Amino acid sequence: MSLLALEGVTASRGRRPVLAGVDLAVAPGEVVALLGANGAGKSTLLRAAAGIAPASGVIRLGGAALGALDARARALRVAYLPQEREIAWALDVAALVGLGRLPHRATPEADRAAVAEAIAAMDLAGFEARPATELSGGERARALIARALAQEAPLLLADEPAAGLDPAHQIALMARLRLLARTGRGVLVALHDLSLAARWCDRAALLHGGRIVADGPPEAVLTAARLAEVYGIVAHLDRDADGPILVPVGPAPSRPERG
Amino acid sequence: MSRPRPALVFGVLAALAAALVVASLLVGPARLPPGESLAALLGGAPPAEALIMRELRLPRAALGLLIGAGLGLSGAALQGYLRNPLAEPGLVGVSGSAALGAVIALYSGLSAAFPLALPLMALGFGLGAALLVQGLAGAGSSSITLILAGLAVSSLASALTALALNLAPNPFAASEIVHWLLGSLVDRSLPQLWLAGPFLVAGMALLLTLGRSLDALTLGEDAAASLGVSLPGARIRVVLGVALATGAGVAVAGAIGFVGLVAPHLLRPLVGGRPSALLPASALGGAILLLAADVAVRLIAPERDLKLGVVTALVGAPLFLHLVWRSRRTLT
Repeated sequence: MSLLALEGVTASRGRRPVLAGVDLAVAPGEVVALLGANGAGKSTLLRAAAGIAPASGVIRLGGAALGALDARARALRVAYLPQEREIAWALDVAALVGLGRLPHRATPEADRAAVAEAIAAMDLAGFEARPATELSGGERARALIARALAQEAPLLLADEPAAGLDPAHQIALMARLRLLARTGRGVLVALHDLSLAARWCDRAALLHGGRIVADGPPEAVLTAARLAEVYGIVAHLDRDADGPILVPVGPAPSRPERG
Repeated sequence: MSRPRPALVFGVLAALAAALVVASLLVGPARLPPGESLAALLGGAPPAEALIMRELRLPRAALGLLIGAGLGLSGAALQGYLRNPLAEPGLVGVSGSAALGAVIALYSGLSAAFPLALPLMALGFGLGAALLVQGLAGAGSSSITLILAGLAVSSLASALTALALNLAPNPFAASEIVHWLLGSLVDRSLPQLWLAGPFLVAGMALLLTLGRSLDALTLGEDAAASLGVSLPGARIRVVLGVALATGAGVAVAGAIGFVGLVAPHLLRPLVGGRPSALLPASALGGAILLLAADVAVRLIAPERDLKLGVVTALVGAPLFLHLVWRSRRTLT
């Protein structure tokens, strides 16, 4: 049974229709990259799947209809990491990560263990007592990812978690998402970095014109023709023993203007 | 910076609040000796002294405690909900509207005919303003619409208050209105306590349930919703709780500024920024500020009837300037 299933999902941002019939599923054990140009509707799709943006069509979380779940039941099934990295007050990092435990009502020991594990996973050991508002941009991003990890939901929806991280922490993040998937969870991650998507994700879903236009192994999805059509770029495609290598190298040759 | 220790902070705040309640019971124009005052409270004293203690000083101290706590708690809840350190109870239009209700009672002479008309009108207007703001802001969950709706309602209330002053039938009525608006706990007695007390307690109880929701809102509205917080539910609790806790305070004591703004500001660093810890701390802090100001007006110029709202603003504004000065480095 899939952790997330979208069938014919439509949604608007303001008056502008953004999603026009999206079909997408995420199964336990896989990291799925959600790709698409700026404004393609990646964030709208993630917010709809998390139950915080209105959408029509069928959305199921672990087999249950999204609308039938109350807010807490939803929070136990899906963790959502927004693109905006808002931290309103100077909570220390441990307290900030601990916010991910709010839906659980578990014992303090279980909460502490989950928080410690998430902090270690995001390479933030030693930062526990630091006010989160005094962290650098990348450290702040890692603390917020740790918050979403501490929620320990079977499905993680992450909106641009890699933006603003240095290469070492980008790689550590993607390796962590893979590790999560290996323990039976599912991850849907919106990415702009095609290199990370190609190398670290089990599947790529390409959002264009309000629909998923391609869905499959990254190498099958990110073809030269699609990169030119969706992103307007040319990329160098290669692979080594560990997987695909994709490096965007320039703009696609201009297409004839349509009249 | 040393690690915040909320338990220690609560202990110190509770002790300070308790000490100020006792101080408030001991200070007054009757100049009763401290021992006799407290004995009179417990019974076994000449009737005059027992009357002063039970019907004047005790209600005054209790009102100072409850109204201050209500203001501090309202400020902390609003700041947490709006994620804005400048939010204060006046922002949602409740204080201004409650004051307008009181002014209408004074202006129309209703309060002269029936003493409880003033607090009742103020409470009614305060709650009405909360409903109006909630309705204006709509069913959506965005907090910015709440700020705008509150601003619109409080502007209207202050315009109508100015109109009442402008059209006041005689200078005496105008001066009565102005004096009431400055805020005071002088000569408040048991009827006011019984009238406002239940609303203050109910409002505070409602606001104290918001801890988890406000903690989650630290991460923004989307993240909070994904953590299981009902945003419309949180907003209704904030608006209604502030209306009850602040509206009832304005109804018996007039408009008292700065307590709801400064108490959460002063205490936030001491509890580690966490809104759920700040709620009870700020309630105690608000009670301390108001009780201290009310003791001060009786000690500094007992014969001049210095107004409580004037003292809280005089103390609060420089304190706020200092906080702004200090936070320039961190709020960049």
